[in-house]
Amino acid sequence: MHGKYRSFHKLLLVFASALALSVSLAVSLPLTGQGQIPRAQHGAASMDYQIKELEKLMLKADVAEAPPGFDPVVWQAFVPEDNATTPERVALGKKLYFDERLSKDATVSCATCHDVTRAFTDQRKTSEGIAGQLGRRNAPTVMNAALLQTLFLDGRSPSLDHQARMPITNSVEMGFPDGESAARAIAGDTEYKKMFQAAYGRDVNYEDIGRAIGAFERTLVFVDSPFRRFLLGDGNAISADAKQGFRLFNEKARCVTCHPMNLSNPLGTDNRFHNIGVSARTQNFELLAKNALAALAQDPSAEKLEELAIGTDLSELGRFMVTRNRSDIGSFRTSMILNIGITQPYMHDGTLETLWDVMDHYNKGGEANPYLDGGMEALALTEQEIDQVVAFLFTLTDDRFRSENQRQMELQRAQAAQKRPFRDDDLAFRRKMAFEERIK
Amino acid sequence: MRPKHKSVETRYMEERNEFFQALKSLDRRSFIKVSAAALGAAATRGIVPPTSFQPVRLSALQAGTGSDIYFAYISDSHLYEQDVNDRFVRSLLRAVDDVNQLDPQPDFVLYGGDLAQLGQAKELDLGAQILKGVKAPLRVMVGEHDWYLDLGEKWKSLFGQPTYSWDHKGVHFVTLMSVVEEDFWTVRGMSPMERMKTVAGLDNGVQRPFTVGAEQRQWLQNDLSRFGNDTPLVVFSHSPLYKLYKNWNFWTDDADEVQAILSRFKNVSVIHGHTHQMLTNRIGNIHFHGMLATAWPWPYAPEGMPPLTIQMSRPDPFNPQDGCGDGEVRVHPEGLVDKVYNFWNRNPVTVAREYTVSWGRESLPARPNRPSY
Repeated sequence: MHGKYRSFHKLLLVFASALALSVSLAVSLPLTGQGQIPRAQHGAASMDYQIKELEKLMLKADVAEAPPGFDPVVWQAFVPEDNATTPERVALGKKLYFDERLSKDATVSCATCHDVTRAFTDQRKTSEGIAGQLGRRNAPTVMNAALLQTLFLDGRSPSLDHQARMPITNSVEMGFPDGESAARAIAGDTEYKKMFQAAYGRDVNYEDIGRAIGAFERTLVFVDSPFRRFLLGDGNAISADAKQGFRLFNEKARCVTCHPMNLSNPLGTDNRFHNIGVSARTQNFELLAKNALAALAQDPSAEKLEELAIGTDLSELGRFMVTRNRSDIGSFRTSMILNIGITQPYMHDGTLETLWDVMDHYNKGGEANPYLDGGMEALALTEQEIDQVVAFLFTLTDDRFRSENQRQMELQRAQAAQKRPFRDDDLAFRRKMAFEERIK
Repeated sequence: MRPKHKSVETRYMEERNEFFQALKSLDRRSFIKVSAAALGAAATRGIVPPTSFQPVRLSALQAGTGSDIYFAYISDSHLYEQDVNDRFVRSLLRAVDDVNQLDPQPDFVLYGGDLAQLGQAKELDLGAQILKGVKAPLRVMVGEHDWYLDLGEKWKSLFGQPTYSWDHKGVHFVTLMSVVEEDFWTVRGMSPMERMKTVAGLDNGVQRPFTVGAEQRQWLQNDLSRFGNDTPLVVFSHSPLYKLYKNWNFWTDDADEVQAILSRFKNVSVIHGHTHQMLTNRIGNIHFHGMLATAWPWPYAPEGMPPLTIQMSRPDPFNPQDGCGDGEVRVHPEGLVDKVYNFWNRNPVTVAREYTVSWGRESLPARPNRPSY
């Protein structure tokens, strides 16, 4: 079973081996300014433009091989047995990824919300699907998604190949009523007919759409950051502030608890689910949980879950919607923090706009609620310490996005200088406890 | 072999639908069977969360449609003053929220002892204040951490006598003070705080093991005298009413005598705190269940572990609430219980009545997928 090979230990091996090979890719291909980019619908860059940008980003490599720096044997563990990566499959997946016909009104492709020019996300609070509908969740980047153990922020999908086809039939995203109609929408295209035959030896079908997109997404590996070069021994790769930030990351700021970030596992996610209180500011979890259980008792289908998770307030329940386990209320999978500098805004609902806001949120111990993860504590970080952790976070971006990273850092710094809406020093320094009102 | 790409939620929904189908034709007697079948199915597939626990959880809740008694528990909060340690305060608040959201509300909520860490008035006042938030009727038991600063003076002023019994829906409930210590302090000229800290320390040669004591045993004998052997009996004690591991005071020294008093009853359930972990034991007709702590989980004793105990996996030291929690207990009409361990950072585990009844052959709770310690 290849699933077993996806275990954490194998992941450790991947990176141990990767680092042994010590490959550093200092390719910097700055994206042009965001001003003159031709636009598609829903605010994404036009598909043609994105494809050109992608070609600049990607190295010429044999897709059947492991990405540079990854141990070839271990890399194979990330590739499903029924979907070995071949040039035909990747080519098909790439075409599908940018094809707006995979949405009901032919305006939304994968690349609409996972835009190459926007760090493979849409850099918006939540994403816009067909007919201008807004979902409830922030689009995670596709970069390195191949290395995650579960997909979607609530982990309701077990594999990239499965995940890749789900938005197609989600009513607020791409909107097809079912997979067959999606397949029919492109089945008349003779080029697709040829490509599906070449890739999978079958006619156009929904499951292979997911497989092909998955195969393409497995080529989107972006791990060559200044911080990685620092880990590999280049002491000058990151600034003194960033080094201090890394130290805080591992110690006082407690980040490493859920974002392991070291030589053997540099992804920065524990692949687990935590309530850090992001939506506790605005939501009554108890009421939502009751409503969710009632709704799912009426209609326990997978489609209903998909609809509730993306399209309604129940989205805020996160992992609970999948497990119905109370300890999962309001919890979401720990995000990878590779490339975090360019994938703003942050958190499952995109409510935190800058990394300074993220630090403010954690500094006060998250937002108090009954399901808050036990590891959340007020951190008492000073302003200087917050700046240092943020400096560290901006060293995690792949070198190919160096200029975008720089641009984001400046934008965010400027915005943070203007407003810090989540800052609460009384809570951060324990001059006040969040529960004090309750026990007077 | 199952299809490769059946998704987590598809598998989950299949299981769920199957389960609801089964529920339709379900009476109270057969619910445990369904529960066991679901468990077995989950176990043989080696399914890890999220798909495995749900049928068990649901079945436990569905069983409540009868006249069974159903109560919740919170235990071992070890409160310091909030300025010293706010984490334990938050944990107790979380437990109170947990039991308050139960729908339907439990018949009562048992507090299992060790509300305070060092028996200080401010600690006990804080705990009493938080427990006031519990909506259901509250029954409070004492632990050694509550008692040995002032020998129970403050605790009694808040919660009354530590030893009492009552009847509820045909079941007789008894709460004992099982942490009676022989006087080791007078002869040593110890201050109250020295005495308290000695008792609070686990492993020392100064204090003797806990007892229920002759006086309380006599009270128990009298209290039970009016009940026939068929009476369902549930006993609450802070320390386990058996001898587990003396060095940590996981031990009640006169347990044999207490068990002798209880042994004439056909079915006795003993629910205890103190050990901060999943713990299951059976001695004759007496079935023992531990309670989770809200403060911290203990490791398992290095020897003397009851074979029926399925050990919870080791806690994650980075998450101070891991291995902690609270829970529910369903008392069946004959006096035996289904015990739910509601972990805050893991899936809940139910130790069903049939598990101890069959000496561990049936209704096996899901085994954790990590080693214990």
